[in-house]
Amino acid sequence: MSALERYKYDVLIIGAGGAGLRAAVEAREAGLSVAIICKSLFGKAHTVMAEGGAAAAMGNVNDSDNWMVHFRDTMRGGKFLNHYRMAELHAKESPDRIWELEMWGALFDRTSEGKISQRNFGGHEYPRLAHVGDRTGLELIRTMQQRIVALQQKDKRDHGDFESHIRVFAELTITEILKEDGIIAGAYGYWRESGSEVLFEAPTVVLATGGVGKAFKITSNSWEGTGDGHALALKAGANLVDMEFLQFHPTGMVWPPAVRGILVTESVRGEGGILTNTKGERFMFNYIPAVFKEMYADNEAEADRWYLDQNNNRRPPELLPRDEVARAINNEVKAGRGSEHGGVFLDVSKRLPAEVIKKRLPSMWHQFFELAGVDITKEPMEVGPTCHYVMGGVEVLPETAAAVGVPGLFAAGEVAGGMNGSNRLGGNSLSDLLVFGRRAGIGAAQYLKSVQRKVVSESTLSAAAERIAAPFNRTGGENSYSLHAELQDITHNLVGIIRTRTELQDAIEKIAEIRKRSQNVLVAGDRKFNPGFHLAFDLDNMLLVAESSAKSAIRREESRGGHTRDDFPNMDNKWRQVNHISSFDGTQVQVREQGLPTMPKELFDLFDVHELEKYMTPAEIAKGGSN
Amino acid sequence: MARKINLRIWRGDAIDGGLKDVQVDVNEGEVVLDVILRVQATQIGDLAVRWNCKAGKCGSCSMEINGKPRLACMTQVASFDESETITVTPMRAFPIIKDLVTDVSFNYKKAMEIPAFEPPADLKPGEARMQQVDVERSQEFRKCIECFLCQDVCHVIRDHEENKKSFAGPRFFIRIAELDMHPLDILKNRKQKAQEEHGLGMCNITKCCTEVCPEHIRITDNAIIPMKERVADVKYDPLLWLGSKIFKREGIV
Repeated sequence: MSALERYKYDVLIIGAGGAGLRAAVEAREAGLSVAIICKSLFGKAHTVMAEGGAAAAMGNVNDSDNWMVHFRDTMRGGKFLNHYRMAELHAKESPDRIWELEMWGALFDRTSEGKISQRNFGGHEYPRLAHVGDRTGLELIRTMQQRIVALQQKDKRDHGDFESHIRVFAELTITEILKEDGIIAGAYGYWRESGSEVLFEAPTVVLATGGVGKAFKITSNSWEGTGDGHALALKAGANLVDMEFLQFHPTGMVWPPAVRGILVTESVRGEGGILTNTKGERFMFNYIPAVFKEMYADNEAEADRWYLDQNNNRRPPELLPRDEVARAINNEVKAGRGSEHGGVFLDVSKRLPAEVIKKRLPSMWHQFFELAGVDITKEPMEVGPTCHYVMGGVEVLPETAAAVGVPGLFAAGEVAGGMNGSNRLGGNSLSDLLVFGRRAGIGAAQYLKSVQRKVVSESTLSAAAERIAAPFNRTGGENSYSLHAELQDITHNLVGIIRTRTELQDAIEKIAEIRKRSQNVLVAGDRKFNPGFHLAFDLDNMLLVAESSAKSAIRREESRGGHTRDDFPNMDNKWRQVNHISSFDGTQVQVREQGLPTMPKELFDLFDVHELEKYMTPAEIAKGGSN
Repeated sequence: MARKINLRIWRGDAIDGGLKDVQVDVNEGEVVLDVILRVQATQIGDLAVRWNCKAGKCGSCSMEINGKPRLACMTQVASFDESETITVTPMRAFPIIKDLVTDVSFNYKKAMEIPAFEPPADLKPGEARMQQVDVERSQEFRKCIECFLCQDVCHVIRDHEENKKSFAGPRFFIRIAELDMHPLDILKNRKQKAQEEHGLGMCNITKCCTEVCPEHIRITDNAIIPMKERVADVKYDPLLWLGSKIFKREGIV
């Protein structure tokens, strides 16, 4: 075994998607040295898959928009389970974060006045999503990737070396976050290429690892979405909040089987796409929930007029928040009105001319034409729900993105919880990762001013090394690929869109069983770029995430956002006051209840009290927010 | 429903390796990446292959399929004859790490050498005004998913390791063109630098890069040729040449 590689940095950022790169830029601009870890190549992170846009109340298309409207929409979308302060900061700061990208070279689509264009999206009252066709995520990732390179070029001029202060460690997996005396001391991992081990000594660690979709069978997530940051945080002593809330995006591809789950952007509906069942009915009119009655059109004529005149008509119900649309599609299919391949039809061909579709939805056209042989300018797409996003995540302080309970640990983007409540609005993830990625960078810089750096002890090191070596030295014969497939079947069947107590109980027991068997995973071959070896660690992370989700879901006896219980089909205001906090006791995940922070009066007053009555108990309404 | 196909996969590392024949199930609608991943899960657990999004958006699963540089996630198995053996090999222009995975760090080094975007010093965030028609030229190049297939196919470096030092490759010519056409970028002489420092002149416009681009970016027509023309104009126009010397103006606009 070659000697252990050792590095020292001020900030170690795990994850090179939007949140990680934004944190890196901020930390470097604060004068710090930064290591960025990516599991894949630089610039390939799942952020590239984001299609529709980044929500920011710039008011470029409709000047009635402002942060207060955006805040209200976000809270409604999350069914008021959001951490109010995160939603507030997000709504206030998103426009600055978008304009800043433009200063770094991003080229968003324009309005006729030459400003950044904004498009409609589900749950957003006004056109709000800054976009580049339907490849907005790629623009974000590339802009920040190039910003990092620009900072490296500056370091080359000032210090003689591109990598003097920022280095990207591509294709490296972190297996453990290291603490000494209760605070962060660094992290341990291995190069995916060689399997050789690496120690990072750093007093701050920013988790920016994204989502958990690969724990599910049908997902829009890439292989990287294995809940690494969620699991690393749990093991480091941090909490996860509300892991029962998973967003099933209503429109994933359903045919052919090989592409099942791949995302069909919500922009298709934003641009006028309609949903129909096999009877040709535009069924979304039957699924407008009571809380949204005033905002959505209840007839086709008004819904169609809205595309031309948004001030005098209500929105089409295809643009309801994602949880509502996903449940509606699920229901139509269950009722036997679904397509041959278990989906419904999404059609934009009748609304827009072919050349406009190709211009506004270029990658959708490309994706359906190349992968499914469907020309979306002429025929409808077949779509159905796909696991897309986890609202739950690391419990953080809104201002600094600091993980509660672990000094030196930070989390931003999808891996952090709270911002999106029980359901995220489309477009809010790209702005979320910019706003809180930046705040994590600032948080780390502030923390560093007062902290004493810890040296990683030999005993901590050898424990971390042993764990990496283990899968090659076992006598058991379990295969990580088949265990992964078994886990995906369990989560799909028992912790999916619709849940019940008995199924969740079954899931908890089965996940525990797989976790036991996963201790016997034996890896074939050697350490060199060995996907079976890599999956052994990913599997471990997905199992913890699945356990946390199932254990949180069984406790929440109501249906809200990305958590639907067949045995408790209604939303219950008393549950709105409860967050589920997951922690890890070394053996298993424990879940407890924690009260939701109370919204201050000035935010409370942004809502019509009759709207709040739909979500809050009379006692809460009487109190009228905190002072 | 599943049928079997013959797949021939390159297995090995920088020192030693060869083609290995396997038989694998294939289902309707599957792409080459699906069957490679099935081989990995059921037959060769340590088969190395890079991939991420499996939707043609990230540019990770670049390889050569029957000798042609392609994304494995966007290549339908059904596009080959049923009896045909599909051969998958790593990209030839880059050093092999293992099996289908190559060392593409060359590209990241070249990216560092291209001067970054530079906006006007007095431009305030939110104040930029640009017309759609003006941003579209650069937007075409910003569609690039960095799959590096254009680099792989480019004959200047494909079989000429020695040229890599002085040649940035098509991916970075479109990056330079993108910045050059960017309505807010003020850095001068980007085209000239492309010629003098990044090897633009070594390209003899065979358009192989354009042919393999999965994003259908018109690399040669819209980026390389316009830059070459401007560079040539200035170099061979005595008045422009003189102007650039006397007034120290940018020769190429």
